[in-house]
Amino acid sequence: MEAAMGLMRRIPPKHSEAALSALLSLLPHHSADLLSQVDQPLQVLCDVDSGKEFILCEYNRDADSYRSPWSNKYHPPLDDGLYPSQELRKLEMEANDVFTVYCDQYYEGGTSSVYIWENEDEGFIGCFLIKKDGSRTADGRRGYLEEGSWEAIHVIEVVPLDEATARYCLTSSVMLSLTTNDESSGAFSLSGSIRRQMNMDLPVDEGHLCNMGRMVEEMESKLRYSLDQVYFGKTKEMICTLRPPSELVQTSLPEQINKRRS
Amino acid sequence: MSDEEETQPTDEQKIEIAKWFLLNAPAGEIQYIAKDMKAVLQDETLYITAAAEAFPLYNKSHMICLDFPDRSGEVMVTSFSEIGENEYLDPRTAQVAIVDHVNQVCRRARPANDEELPTPYIEEYRYALDIEVTKYVSEVYPKGICSVHCVNGKDVEEPGMDFELVVVISATRLSPQNFCNGSWRSIWNVEFKDEAQLVEVRGTLQVGAHYFEEGNVQLDAKHECKDSTMFTVKLELEYLSPEDSAHSVTTIICHQETEYLNSLQTSYSKLPDATFKDLRRKLPVTRTLFPWHNTSQFSLRKDIQKSLGLEKKK
Repeated sequence: MEAAMGLMRRIPPKHSEAALSALLSLLPHHSADLLSQVDQPLQVLCDVDSGKEFILCEYNRDADSYRSPWSNKYHPPLDDGLYPSQELRKLEMEANDVFTVYCDQYYEGGTSSVYIWENEDEGFIGCFLIKKDGSRTADGRRGYLEEGSWEAIHVIEVVPLDEATARYCLTSSVMLSLTTNDESSGAFSLSGSIRRQMNMDLPVDEGHLCNMGRMVEEMESKLRYSLDQVYFGKTKEMICTLRPPSELVQTSLPEQINKRRS
Repeated sequence: MSDEEETQPTDEQKIEIAKWFLLNAPAGEIQYIAKDMKAVLQDETLYITAAAEAFPLYNKSHMICLDFPDRSGEVMVTSFSEIGENEYLDPRTAQVAIVDHVNQVCRRARPANDEELPTPYIEEYRYALDIEVTKYVSEVYPKGICSVHCVNGKDVEEPGMDFELVVVISATRLSPQNFCNGSWRSIWNVEFKDEAQLVEVRGTLQVGAHYFEEGNVQLDAKHECKDSTMFTVKLELEYLSPEDSAHSVTTIICHQETEYLNSLQTSYSKLPDATFKDLRRKLPVTRTLFPWHNTSQFSLRKDIQKSLGLEKKK
């Protein structure tokens, strides 16, 4: 299993879907572990009632059907699927509406979904998902990207501590890839995935949704910054180490050699 | 998880999977992938078959450099230097290396036969270009290696016929303790066209980097320089010495590679504020954080406005 995770860390992120399905076929007994530890690209279905898209994940799946957060129906229909309690469903609906606006503000498009369900002991678990296609043929507003995708999965476990506070444990993973392509510089492709965790104890006077939302927002900003500055930055640093940009490298070599000789 | 029985992949499929993983290893990481792959496959025989097929392809694609056993020099393993199964020519020392691909070492060396080497006429050009390129590479790449081969017309003995040389440049930086590896590969085809009296230079540049501390991020960039009008050097082959043509070609290569590095840096500099924005903005247009407690201040789209109730949360 450790070896499998090692492979996933080295395979180019754009191939992670293929890599995961290869590993699942080789290690069927570890499928539960693999699926929970390795992020897969998100897929969507269209809700039959509203025509809106919703994101598929383990948290809205029962057997081979997926529950839409818009209509609360399973696609394809399921006789005795699992549903959240009425109270949680209310929270879920509210969360989806607000999260749609959040998604619009930050992603200028894209699809979002929120799923909420009971936890075993107390409290509940919420899963916030975002899928954005930033390529110029899709939702890329400025047309920079030939191909671009941002997918985020945030899972928050909420446990009430007392009347006034609750503990929120957030595990987030972001997978992104972007490719620019033009005549003069060829194809430039960056892709990556990272996971982070954040725990907070917060007062519940403004409601769970506020707390969860703020955590997700903070986490996403941190991850964006980290990917951009740290991770991509490291790859840039590596290139400059391989071939240092230098004003000293003249294109007319003989002059330089003559200079050195004299 | 649905309990459908996963049909076990066939041996052939397992071999293909192992090959795929090995071939997709980033620069310098194939041995790590090999180790993990062995553990996952749990079948030595299958692994050995996959490795035997994958390693040669990987090694040639990444243009790995191996030392001769007697330290007399080094050989670059490429499709241009391949003269037989597991045999690679080093034109500088006129030796042929017998290579163990899976362990990525040179097992032994033998002198090259006359048939394996270019004619003295061609060798003049090859040698001159090799000198210039080696100088260039040593100045510009802290850890670069290069090699020049004749890929067409190595038996040409005098002016009047076309021939083609290939320049390969490779630089790798492996820092596994810092969770970072990278590679730069350039392949330049230099065609000497007698009838047209010119030299045409075409190149492919490929750069990769992998950073994997608590994550997995990779850069994969590729560029083909093939606008031949830009890079043709008009020459009178009769009057232009091999040294002069070598110098001109190397100047072109240097210029193009420098330009490419600049364009890579430009791409990186556009990332945070421009390119990335098409994926996710740093902040909403309002330049403030999202007001989770009060979304009514946004001009909402019609459908959201309807369903959003705008009640205070409990």
